[in-house]
Amino acid sequence: MRRLEIILSRLVWFIPTLFGLVFVVFFISNVIPTDPARIVAGENATEAQVQALRAEMGLDQPIFVQFGRYVADLATGDLGKSLYTQRAISEDLLHRLPATLELTTAAMIIAIGLGLPLGVISAVKRNSLIDQVVRVLSVSGLAVASFWLAMELQMFFSTRLGWTPLNGRVAGWGPDEITGFYVIDSILSGDWASLWDVLHHMLLPAITLALPAAATLVRFTRAGVLEVINSNFVLYERAMGFPPALIIWKYVLRNALISTVTQIGLIFGTLFAGAVVVEAVFDWPGLGTYAVQSILQSDTKAILGFSIIVGVVFIAVNLLVDILHTFIDPRTLK
Amino acid sequence: MTDPLLTVEGLSLGFRGDGGFAHILDGANMTMNRGEIMGLVGESGCGKTTLASAILGVLPRHALEVRGGQIRFDGLDMLSPDHGAQQQAARGRRVTFIPQDPFTSLNPVFTIGQQIEELMKWKSPRRDAGPSRGPALLSRYPRARRKADRAKVIEMLDLVQLPRPEQLLKKYPHEVSGGQRQRLMIAMALLPDPDLIIADEPTTALDVTIQAQILGLLRNLATDRGVAVMLTTHDLGSAYEICDRITVMYAGQDVEAAPVAEFFNRPTHPYTAKLLESLPEGGGGMTGIPGELPSFYAPPPGCRFQTRCPRATEACRTRPPARFAGPAHVVRCAHPLFDTAPFEEVRA
Amino acid sequence: MSPLKRLLADRAASIGAAIIAGLILVAILAPWIAPYPEDVTAFHLSERLQPPSGTHLFGTDRMGSDVFSRILFGARITITIALIAVGVSVAIGVPIGLIAGYYGGFPGGFLMRTSDVFLAVPQIVLAIAIAQTLGPSVENVILALSLTYWPFWARLVYAETRALKSQTFIEAALALGASDWRVMVLHILPNTASAIIVRTSIGMGATILTAAALGFLGLGAPPPTPEWGRTISEAREYLPEAWWYAAAPGLAIFLVVMGFNLLGDGLRDILDPKLRKGRR
Repeated sequence: MRRLEIILSRLVWFIPTLFGLVFVVFFISNVIPTDPARIVAGENATEAQVQALRAEMGLDQPIFVQFGRYVADLATGDLGKSLYTQRAISEDLLHRLPATLELTTAAMIIAIGLGLPLGVISAVKRNSLIDQVVRVLSVSGLAVASFWLAMELQMFFSTRLGWTPLNGRVAGWGPDEITGFYVIDSILSGDWASLWDVLHHMLLPAITLALPAAATLVRFTRAGVLEVINSNFVLYERAMGFPPALIIWKYVLRNALISTVTQIGLIFGTLFAGAVVVEAVFDWPGLGTYAVQSILQSDTKAILGFSIIVGVVFIAVNLLVDILHTFIDPRTLK
Repeated sequence: MTDPLLTVEGLSLGFRGDGGFAHILDGANMTMNRGEIMGLVGESGCGKTTLASAILGVLPRHALEVRGGQIRFDGLDMLSPDHGAQQQAARGRRVTFIPQDPFTSLNPVFTIGQQIEELMKWKSPRRDAGPSRGPALLSRYPRARRKADRAKVIEMLDLVQLPRPEQLLKKYPHEVSGGQRQRLMIAMALLPDPDLIIADEPTTALDVTIQAQILGLLRNLATDRGVAVMLTTHDLGSAYEICDRITVMYAGQDVEAAPVAEFFNRPTHPYTAKLLESLPEGGGGMTGIPGELPSFYAPPPGCRFQTRCPRATEACRTRPPARFAGPAHVVRCAHPLFDTAPFEEVRA
Repeated sequence: MSPLKRLLADRAASIGAAIIAGLILVAILAPWIAPYPEDVTAFHLSERLQPPSGTHLFGTDRMGSDVFSRILFGARITITIALIAVGVSVAIGVPIGLIAGYYGGFPGGFLMRTSDVFLAVPQIVLAIAIAQTLGPSVENVILALSLTYWPFWARLVYAETRALKSQTFIEAALALGASDWRVMVLHILPNTASAIIVRTSIGMGATILTAAALGFLGLGAPPPTPEWGRTISEAREYLPEAWWYAAAPGLAIFLVVMGFNLLGDGLRDILDPKLRKGRR
């Protein structure tokens, strides 16, 4: 079947790309002369203690041997131990992944809910006042630094107005952990107070994160609709007296979505990238804050692990987008 | 004689563009009677597609400027924005459309069945007239009518000689051939039981070998049902074969209209005569008239053919009135090739 | 119309060009136009955290230094980072894309798969990983950004080269005995120039945002460098009272990125007729 073929051809590249990513990040992170053993051993350790630790961590081996070990460990899901938390990095990351995925998913939903309709309206009412406003806003949305926007919104809505919580993911203990996705968990356990609290906490970070993504979506949707709106099949549908709203929101949008959907992988990337700094501002206990803490601790292995897990998620999202594409555009299966 | 089905009177319109105002249609006139097949003939760029688009209401709105004239379809003003709802209701139901390019005129991401179903949901002759309430996206398709419509669809697909209609409906447009798609467009044009089909060069995008088949099919089905067809074409040969009457346009003006036999026997406008002279034996294109189409940005006043016409004089600088060169044979020329009588005399 | 005239006729693009021209001018003239040029390093603790006034246009920071003067000097760092990082990315990406697109086959595939590896994570993640291991400094930020952004140009030039290679005029040049290098440099490269220019303008904006984020995370130049991202992170503890402290560098970033994006959009409309229809 054609669809299976497409999926398999993408999957084939999954492992080599990931391997390449590990290779690149690993070697870059090993060209520098910092000595993790010394950091772990502490400042008062003797040279002998540091040497012993170095041998224990495998740092006395040639770099290719170290790389080989790292990859071998990686294959079993072992990313090494965090210098800072003293826990397995894979455990730390997996524990924090749901928080980031939940935040980025919420942001994605907001971005789509905002970006698609505005993009369509902007294209349909081309050069009108609303189009001008939407276009200025979308160019602005792409130009604003998300960490700065996060700080300003936090200052205004949380500190000044007190409408939203200052930071964190939940006020109390949160819902019983089942999946790690608090929204899902609180629904599963019927804990409506928690659900409200979780959503309340999520609101501002998710909006902050969503705005640049929405701006990208507006631009692609607008361009997509403008391209489709002058095509012959729209002319035919108009000539045959189809209701105008139906033509735009069903027939034009569906076609315009094809180019937009291919951008969703990219948009997901910007969301993940934005999450690193936005999480740091809102103290959201996800991968982003973990990465920032690891930076502060010079925890190279944790950063490496973080890059790899983001790479896995990112490649997986792009794979999903490719699969989605085969459903939304029948011509890909030709 | 009964009232004409469609009249276009003195239609003048054009588009604002970078180079100024492009005056595409300049006092264009056209009449169509019920049940007749009328060929609207002219070179590419003569305004025939613009005229068809004006009737269908699909001219690009943002640069359009209508400077005068009217289009009446069975008493309904098809041009004024005041009658938007009635025009919307008439289009696709009483006036349908066969597009020029069947390859790009179907929506590529919906199946053929979905698109026909949508058409029938809104334009089926079994649908109660009157405006629909509520948002179009949420509107329902009553089950009983859907079933009746579907039977008609299958029957119609058979009539246009499309094999295995059931399977065809499940396919996407890119999965069927151009000829089949154009049969489909004919079926979709006939399904709402219209009074008028506007077919805009329906065969130019197709192989020469199937052009005649498609036109023949269109003619037979339309004649059987008493549907009028306005066929725009630059191919005099096919116009001769299937039309009852022909209207010739040149650079946005109608120059001559006549029943098909009269048209070929007594071409009265110099342009028509040149057209027929340039026709190679057995039909074909239109080449061999010296000169070029005048610029739409700065057209000559009066008859626009004067720049290429061997008989042109100072009199041609005002647009000649319509005169009769025979029964139902109208021509607008100050120096016709055959005798003509003034409009009023014949009518009186 | 000449491209320059068309650029000036496009309102958005000319605003963008004006912003960038202003930025470059400010960066060059910073020592002369800044009211307190010594405040890049000097501090006056008695005047710390003063709100905007006639003497301090954007107020003062936690060290009592003039925020406005520091913003002006920050423009130098921003423009230096962006120009060099994008320059290096172009210098790496364009030849790789050109060679991969021209020769195709295994080496071309290998080069493009390598660029895929760099695109497999969001740019800031890779930049964080690289900058973190290299240590905080302007040079390392530039290196990290160059290593992360080159694939964008490689992919772009690769796609354009593939499309151009099958064109008649390239085949004609080859048939006339032109060498591969000659065809690549004299025939293909000039035809990809428009796309490269557009991408570069938009890439400048993206690079500036990423550089600022690195600065914010403490991976940029060390203090007391007046880097915008770092200034915002410094200002964080003084919110909401000292609102001007974070607002000024944030708006500066916004303005500059906006300038490059507007110019990029305008250039696309002017240089790339295929995409021009998208905006109307």
